[in-house]
Amino acid sequence: MVNKSTSPTDPLIGNDSWNIQLDSKGRLKHFLTIEGLGSEILTNILDTAESFANVNEQRVKKVPLLRGKTIVNLFFEASTRTRTTFELAAKRLSADILNINISTSATSKGESLLDTLQNLQAMLCDMFIVRHCDSGAAHFIAGNVAPHISVINAGDGRHAHPTQAMLDMFTIRRNKGRDFGKLRVAIVGDLLHSRVARSQIHALNILNTGDVRVIAPKTLIPTDIEDMGVSVFNDLEAGIKDADVIIMLRLQRERMQGAFLPSEHEYYSQYGLSEERLLAARDDAIVMHPGPINRGVEIESSVADGARSVILDQVTYGISVRMAIMSMVLGREPELTETEAS
Amino acid sequence: MDEIAKPDQLLEKLADDLKQLLVEREIDDPLMVGIHTGGAWIASSLHAKLSISQPLATLDISFYRDDFSRIGMNPRVKPSSLPPQVEDKHIILIDDVLQTGRTIRAAMNEIFDYGRPASITLVCLVDRSGRELPIQADVIGQHLRPGTDQHIKLSGPEPLEFVIT
Repeated sequence: MVNKSTSPTDPLIGNDSWNIQLDSKGRLKHFLTIEGLGSEILTNILDTAESFANVNEQRVKKVPLLRGKTIVNLFFEASTRTRTTFELAAKRLSADILNINISTSATSKGESLLDTLQNLQAMLCDMFIVRHCDSGAAHFIAGNVAPHISVINAGDGRHAHPTQAMLDMFTIRRNKGRDFGKLRVAIVGDLLHSRVARSQIHALNILNTGDVRVIAPKTLIPTDIEDMGVSVFNDLEAGIKDADVIIMLRLQRERMQGAFLPSEHEYYSQYGLSEERLLAARDDAIVMHPGPINRGVEIESSVADGARSVILDQVTYGISVRMAIMSMVLGREPELTETEAS
Repeated sequence: MDEIAKPDQLLEKLADDLKQLLVEREIDDPLMVGIHTGGAWIASSLHAKLSISQPLATLDISFYRDDFSRIGMNPRVKPSSLPPQVEDKHIILIDDVLQTGRTIRAAMNEIFDYGRPASITLVCLVDRSGRELPIQADVIGQHLRPGTDQHIKLSGPEPLEFVIT
């Protein structure tokens, strides 16, 4: 069940987003954040994704699980990788999927968000996949949709990106085995603006990862990050020393207002992951990146394309992991209504 | 209901009957596929008894069930391990208890998503009453007609035993 001690309230969105995503039996009704979930649910997602990975190797890469379900990709913010892997995942589950491009939709003609949602509900959809630049957007939508609709958070502001975190956990488990307790994981880069990093840290903690480190210049580290149970480093080589997993984050230029950094060049000289710096990590360390990568800004090209890089595997695994989450959310046995239960 | 034989005895009979059927059908290099979980146990034993050269494959039909919208996602789903090429293979499909036929329907659908097999031969340890689809086994350990409220389950893998509730 819900572990209340991990998060009484969410500092970014000011309310407990984790408790509306579970139904009365503790199963996922929405998937909005990793925070507050138990290791059992996370492990279940990873195990189910393992089975879906096989489906992606079939000649007919499709299973009939979600036939007749309608899923809407509701992207208020640009995305290619996340949107297309959600679309592929839905199609491989035999669901129908609509892509709504908000910039050309009625929202730009002045329709309110709630009116847009009500119209989509009137089209008898079953799931909204939401990407939005404001923290808490997916949570807001989940709180305002009809009871039969599930919402998956595909990234909200700097708050959470839970499906990305789960595909990262899947990538780590595939490469390093099921025991996270013996792993040292280093997350490098723009932690201040990164919803991916926040979700990753929650997931790594829930899976009892031995050592979670964050590495960045002081200006790109949130002040409360140590409360999340990670150790903070400002020096890249010291931080990735003997790491099993290095996760590089994208420098989010579009979210930076003000002088966080002197220059990209200087950032690269101190925090860019080069082959030489990678020597500090373990010989079998893997290098991850949620994409899109800025070559020569946070990562050297030869590292991104090198033997240790699992960046493209992350993209492939993203399909299986999203298939697992979508089918678990839409495949709950219907809850009894009060009259049926009595 | 008639008395149910021990699974190990039935396995001997299955192996003999299957061997004979493969000769009759002139199948010499079959691909054996066990359905999770009971069928996979039986398949592993038959695979050894018949010295089949192609590696044993297993199938989890959770993604192909027809009652997903009623019972939801099976939390214990296992990966299927079918080889990518089942095209033109002679498949021996193995399950523990054949009742409604729905599991076999789902299994055949899944197999066809991997390719078009040359043939499918169905082997079941127990063929019990309660069929809801036009599906029948080619090789059967024992026929049983239990009451509709009786459940027959195989527990295992060591030892294989029937559990009747």
